[in-house]
Amino acid sequence: MTAPASATTPFDVTEIRKDFPILNDASRTRPLSYLDSAATSQKPAVVLKAMQDYYIHANANVHRGVHELGDAATSRFEHARHRVARFLNADPRGLIFVRNTTEALNLVATGIARQGGLMSSDRVVLSVLEHHSNIVPWQLERSTHGFAIEAIPLLPDGSLDMAAARKLLAPPTKILSITYQSNVLGIVTPLRELIDMAHEAGILVAVDGAQRVPHARVDLKELNCDFFAMSGHKLYGPMGSGVLWGKPELLSSMSPFLGGGSMIDTVTFERTTWAELPQKFEAGTPDVAAAVGLAAACDYIDSLSYEAMENYESSLMQHLVQMLDSLPFIEVYGPEDRTQIVGAVSFNVQGVHAHDVGTICDRHGVAIRVGHHCCQPLMRHLGVPATARASVAVYVTHDDIDALQEALEDVAAIFARVIAPYSPATPEHRHA
Amino acid sequence: MREDELYREIILEHASHPHHHGTVAAPTHSTEGRNPVCGDEIALSWSEVAGRVQEIAFDGTGCSISQASASILCDSIIGLSIPEALAQARAFRAMLVEGSDIGDDMSDMAALKGVQAYPARVKCALLAWNLLAESLEKEEHSHD
Repeated sequence: MTAPASATTPFDVTEIRKDFPILNDASRTRPLSYLDSAATSQKPAVVLKAMQDYYIHANANVHRGVHELGDAATSRFEHARHRVARFLNADPRGLIFVRNTTEALNLVATGIARQGGLMSSDRVVLSVLEHHSNIVPWQLERSTHGFAIEAIPLLPDGSLDMAAARKLLAPPTKILSITYQSNVLGIVTPLRELIDMAHEAGILVAVDGAQRVPHARVDLKELNCDFFAMSGHKLYGPMGSGVLWGKPELLSSMSPFLGGGSMIDTVTFERTTWAELPQKFEAGTPDVAAAVGLAAACDYIDSLSYEAMENYESSLMQHLVQMLDSLPFIEVYGPEDRTQIVGAVSFNVQGVHAHDVGTICDRHGVAIRVGHHCCQPLMRHLGVPATARASVAVYVTHDDIDALQEALEDVAAIFARVIAPYSPATPEHRHA
Repeated sequence: MREDELYREIILEHASHPHHHGTVAAPTHSTEGRNPVCGDEIALSWSEVAGRVQEIAFDGTGCSISQASASILCDSIIGLSIPEALAQARAFRAMLVEGSDIGDDMSDMAALKGVQAYPARVKCALLAWNLLAESLEKEEHSHD
């Protein structure tokens, strides 16, 4: 683990970059400015080592058998659960290990609807900011249970229309399922206010926290949401690590998500009863190494301190957005108050499709995300088929942002002469 | 300055001023498709008269590669017999997937060969051609 001294000393990105093997990969022949951490973060050596240690010293199946390695594996798995719960200041009984945020949200939608918590007269409220993983699971359940789905609309700058939200957070709404931070616009939603409004109306709140946890401390006791979904792989943890946390009393009354081994109490062909929490929601052999790796990622983040991370990342975001705003051929999406853009920023080069922007950035060794970001309703709100997105993390440097600027100037140079009159502002030109 | 291997002048010219853009007046065939990953959309329509492609046009939105490729497709296919058009689509696909040479190195079709070095973009270049080939193959089978 990195010395805790870094919590009080200034944030030393050069030292931090040494923690990430992929940033020091001698076999690479091209430069790398990795500005795609919102899709998945890179992993520090301590996470890789924790996973390897588990496989070398403790690998066996968990919650079964009586042998030494089985005990060791179970102990590491349960230690990881407690570690991640402490990281989120949450009751560990409600902490379910899943593969990713998508699986976590599917678990919530299925568990509630199957138990009879969503009937045809009920309503689920989402928002236009949502990732498809917080839309499609509800639609799948709607096809069986017939409830209504409505989305909180956005103001032109992409922030939630809170007056509309207030109207929707009333009967017959049963569930509000909403993002904490937009993966496209970097906007942080006013969750505390929304949760209070929802709870006053007896509405349960599920939170998609995938983009929030990598950038700010989340305290689930304070937030008081009913369900919280997150991915470990965006949080410097391994692929295949994710968490669904739920209030234990709610999870206890919900239907299981997947059926199989580990999640049962007794099984007969007539009737099966469920294991206690959290096993009830962890059918089959879990990815123990992923859980162990995620716990190591929590240790790593705590060693850096969220406060130092936030300060450093906000200086990066300020540089990044100012740079984009300074280029006349770039359109930035999001609030006028640029300080509200956290972690990730979306933009387009006027008249150039985001995929062309992404390809040219890649030629400069700059990795950005381009496309609809699994947010087609939000793309429709913005009136674009796709955007380019740059996102920051603890290992991103100001030089990386300069590299992006150079790449974007190259995009403008390549496309300037022929694409300028072909701007999306005049779509009719295309059909002339 | 050395010409860009991907964004060649001819590609940028097709992307910014596409040929055969729109729909044909009296189509005998039409097809449309999209790349779900990137959202490129192409609609193709053509009129077949006496076994030949008499008119062809495309509409759509997407990156420069997908739109230029559709424009080049229309230029290359117009006037061909159906078997010739299908052979052309297959040759184009082979050029991007297998790296094979296309007859005429100076053709606009050959200008897209640079896409082969960008695996993530091959599907953009192939979108219109796959739509055409699938449609023509279906027709071929229906005559079997």
